[in-house]
Amino acid sequence: MSPTKKPLLCFNDRGIFCEVANVYLDPWRPVENAIITHGHSDHSRWGHKNYITHRQNVPIIKHRLGNINVAGVEWGETFSVNGVTFSLFPAGHIVGSSQVKVEYKGEVWVFTGDYKTQDDGISTPYEVVKCHTFITECTFGLPAFNWLPQDEVFEDVNNWWAENRAEKKTSVIFGYTLGKAQNIIRHLDTSIGKIYTHGAVENMTQVVRQLVDLPPTELITRDTRKEDLLGNVVVAPPSAHGSVWLRKMAPFVTATASGWMAFRGARARRAIDKGFVLSDHCDWYGLLDSIKATGCEKVIATHGYSDIFSRYLREELGYDARTAKTQYEGESAEMGTSHEGDEASEKELENANEISVDDNVKLEKSIRTLLT
Amino acid sequence: MKNFANLIKALDSSNKTSVKVDALTEYFRHASDEDKVWTIAILSHRRPPRPVNTTLLRLWANELANIPLWLFEESYHIVGDLAETIALVIPVTREHSDKPLTEYMREMISLKKKSDEEKRAYLHENWLALNFYERLVFTKLITGSFRIGVSQKLMTRALSKAVEVDEDLIAHKLMGEWNPDTVSFQELILEEKSSDFLSKPYPFYLAYAIEGNVSDLGNAQDWSIEHKWDGIRSQSIIRDGHLFIWSRGEELVTDKYPEFHSFAGIIPDGTVIDGEILPFIDGQIGTFNDLQTRIGRKTVSASILKSNPCIIKAYDLLEWQGEDIRTKPYQERRKLLEDLFSDIPHGAIPLHLSERITLNSWEEVSSERDRARELHSEGLMIKRNDSPYQVGRKKGDWWKWKIEPLVIDAVLTYAMRGHGRRSNLFTDYTFALWQDKPDGERELVTFAKAYSGLTDAEFRKVDNWIQKNTLERFGPVRSVTPELVFEIGFEGISLSKRHKSGVATRFPRILRWRHDKKIGEANSIDDLKALIC
Repeated sequence: MSPTKKPLLCFNDRGIFCEVANVYLDPWRPVENAIITHGHSDHSRWGHKNYITHRQNVPIIKHRLGNINVAGVEWGETFSVNGVTFSLFPAGHIVGSSQVKVEYKGEVWVFTGDYKTQDDGISTPYEVVKCHTFITECTFGLPAFNWLPQDEVFEDVNNWWAENRAEKKTSVIFGYTLGKAQNIIRHLDTSIGKIYTHGAVENMTQVVRQLVDLPPTELITRDTRKEDLLGNVVVAPPSAHGSVWLRKMAPFVTATASGWMAFRGARARRAIDKGFVLSDHCDWYGLLDSIKATGCEKVIATHGYSDIFSRYLREELGYDARTAKTQYEGESAEMGTSHEGDEASEKELENANEISVDDNVKLEKSIRTLLT
Repeated sequence: MKNFANLIKALDSSNKTSVKVDALTEYFRHASDEDKVWTIAILSHRRPPRPVNTTLLRLWANELANIPLWLFEESYHIVGDLAETIALVIPVTREHSDKPLTEYMREMISLKKKSDEEKRAYLHENWLALNFYERLVFTKLITGSFRIGVSQKLMTRALSKAVEVDEDLIAHKLMGEWNPDTVSFQELILEEKSSDFLSKPYPFYLAYAIEGNVSDLGNAQDWSIEHKWDGIRSQSIIRDGHLFIWSRGEELVTDKYPEFHSFAGIIPDGTVIDGEILPFIDGQIGTFNDLQTRIGRKTVSASILKSNPCIIKAYDLLEWQGEDIRTKPYQERRKLLEDLFSDIPHGAIPLHLSERITLNSWEEVSSERDRARELHSEGLMIKRNDSPYQVGRKKGDWWKWKIEPLVIDAVLTYAMRGHGRRSNLFTDYTFALWQDKPDGERELVTFAKAYSGLTDAEFRKVDNWIQKNTLERFGPVRSVTPELVFEIGFEGISLSKRHKSGVATRFPRILRWRHDKKIGEANSIDDLKALIC
C-alpha cells in the first residue's frame, strides 16, 4: 500500500481526504484534523477535533460553532504534515474564504471551496493558484449564468431602494447571513436612508465588522417603530420571507440577491417582488477562465451542475475531468432550488456564541504545534 | 421595444394582480395606438405565424453562445423556457432598443418569407443589440409562445381603465378573429360598427366551483340544475345565413364539425347558442376520450364522421332575432331556447337541449348529482333562475358542483422539470400501478401523468428526493426509485388502446402524498379498471 500510487486527495464518506497527512478538507463528518475553506455551514461543520482556517475566518466559525479548537493562518503561509505542504489562498467567495493548496512530492492539488473571480470589494480577491489537479465547485456551471459587473447590480439595488423610498415603502432585501448580507450592507448607498437588520444578520455583521469596514446598521427590535422603517432598507435572511416578523413592516417590497435570480421562475416561485442577480459564486466564464488560468490537467467538479460541467470540460476542452460526490449544498448532480446554496447556514446562525480573542491565540498555537 | 420589454419585466416582477393591472394600465396610457393593438394581440395569443422554427433558432443562438448543442439542450431543460435560455446563454449586454414594438412585429412578419441566411443575420444582429429582457421578449415573439402570467381578463381590465371603455364591451370586441397588422386601435376598441360583429362570439360566462355547503345558496327553488357535460364548450352563431362555431379557447372550429353545418337554414338568423360539443355514439353521450379523435383534426373523413359523430347540447340562448339578450334572466332565455327547439323538427339537426331540472330541495339536487357519472357528466351546474349571462368567470349566479373525483394510490416512477415558475424544479410526474405478469410476479405499469396538487413546499421536498433517487436519465426525463406513493384523483376513466395500461384517465392530479404507504400497498391496474362504469 504505497501512498504514492494513491491520489493525493480522495473523496470518502467523511470529506476530501489527504491520507498521507491524515487531514480532511471541509469534512462533513467529524474528523481529527480539518482544514476549513470558509464559514458557511456546509463547509465548516461541528465536531472536528482540530480546525485550521484563514485567520479572518476564525472569529466567523467560532461565532458559528462555539469554542472549537481552531488555528488561523495567513494567505500563502505554509504548514507541513508528514511531508505534505498545505497553504491557503484567497477564494473571493466571502470574507475569510480560502482555496486550499496541497503539495506533495512536486504534485500540486487545489481545492476551491466556494469561490468567485469577481472582486466584491469586501472579500480578499480570488487569486489564481497554479496546480495539476483542480477540485472546483460549479454551483452555477451552466452557460445560462453570466453575471453583470457587481457595480451595475448595486446601482440597480440602490435605484430600487430610492424608488421604494419615494413611494414611502420599506425595502426588504434578502441575502444569506454570512457574506451576501455584508456585501449588500457595504454597497448600499447610505445617502438614501438608514440600514436596518434582522437579528441573525446583525449578529454576523458584528463579527464581520472586526475584519472589514461596514456602514452603520441598526438592529430591528421590539421597540423599532414601523414609521422608523418607512423608506429605509432592511437586510434579512431569506428565511424571514413570509414570516410574522416581516409582516409587521408593511408597507414593504421584497427583493432577493442571488445567482438563482437569473431564472425568472426562481423569483416567481418565491413570490418575491424583485430579484437581483448577485452571486458569491463564479458564473460560467468565471469557472472556465479560472480553470484555464490554473494550468491544470485534471479537474474534479464537486457541488453544482457537476455532471454537465465536467462533460463540457472533457468533450469540448479536452480536460481529464470528472465529478465527485460531496455533501456540500446542492450536492446532487444538478443543484435544485431546494438548497439555495448557502441559505441553509442561516438556521444554525441564530444562536450566537461569544468569542474570546485570548482563547483564540492560545488554541492557534497549540494546533500549529500539533501539525508541524 | 424598450417600453414593451419594461412592461413584461414589470409583469414578471410581481405576483400581485393589482400591481400587474397597474403596470398594464400605465403602459396602455402611454403606448402608441399601433403598439397598443400589438400588445393586445400578443397578450390575447394572436401572434403572427412563427418566422423561424425552433431548431434553427437553437442553432443560431448556439453560434453566439459558442457552446455545443447538447449543452444548450441541458441548459434548456434546467431553465425550462426556450426563449429564456436563448436570452441567457448569449453574452450579456445592457444595450436597449428604442424601435417600437410594431416595427419589430412587421419585421417578423416579413422575415417569414426571407432566406435562412437573412433570418440568421436578422436574429444575430438583434440578439446582440438587446439587453436581457428585450432579448427574452424578442425571442418569445419569434417562438410564438408568450405565457407570462397575465390573463386576457387582466389585460382587458387594464385596457378598460386606460381608455375608459366598459370592460365587458372590450372583452366582446376582442373576441373572434381580427388582424393586428391591419386593424387600427380606433376600429378595434373605440368604434361601434355592427358589420364587424358578424362572426363575433360573446365572451363566455364561466362558473366557479361551489364553496362550502350547497344549501348555503338558499332556497333550491330559486335555482335551476343542469348537468355539466364533459366536452368542448362552444358558441354556435347563425347570422346572415352563415354558421360560425367558436370554442371557448376562441378558436373558430366550424370546419372541424361538418355535422353542424345544417344548423344554418334550420335555425333562424340572428341566433347565438351556448352549448357543449359532445361525442354521441350509438345514441349515447360518449366520454371525453371519444372526443379526442376529433379535436385537432382539421379535415374530417367520412369514416371518422360516422364512427365518432358529435352533437351540441344547448345550454343557453345569447342572441335571439338579432338581439343581444344576455341581460334577460336565465329562465326567460331558457324559455326562448326551449321554444326554438319546439320549432325544429325532431332529429333534424344534431342539436340537443341540455335538460333544465328544477327541484324542490337540495337533497334532490344531491341525488341528481349522484347520477352524473353514469350519465357521463362531470357533475352539476347550478344556475340562479334570474341570472343574466355575465362576462368571464364571475361568482354568485352560476356555480359548478362537480362529482367527487375517483381516487387511486399510485407509485411515482418518472419525473420531469416543470416550466414557468416551476422551472428547474421536478414537478411533472408519471405514476404507475401494479400489474400481474404471466410468471406470477408483479410489475409497475405507467398509467397517468400529473402536474398539480402538491404545495410548493411539497414539490420542493419531492424535487430534493428525486435528485437523490434518480436511476436513469432520458434527456429531460428521469426514472426514479419506486418508493413514493401518491393518491391520484381523476374525473373520468375509459378503456383505451393508446395507453400502455389500457386505460385513459381524465384530468388526473395529485390529491396527497401518502407518506404512510409503501409501494406494495399501491393499487393495481385491475383496481383501476374496476372503477369503469
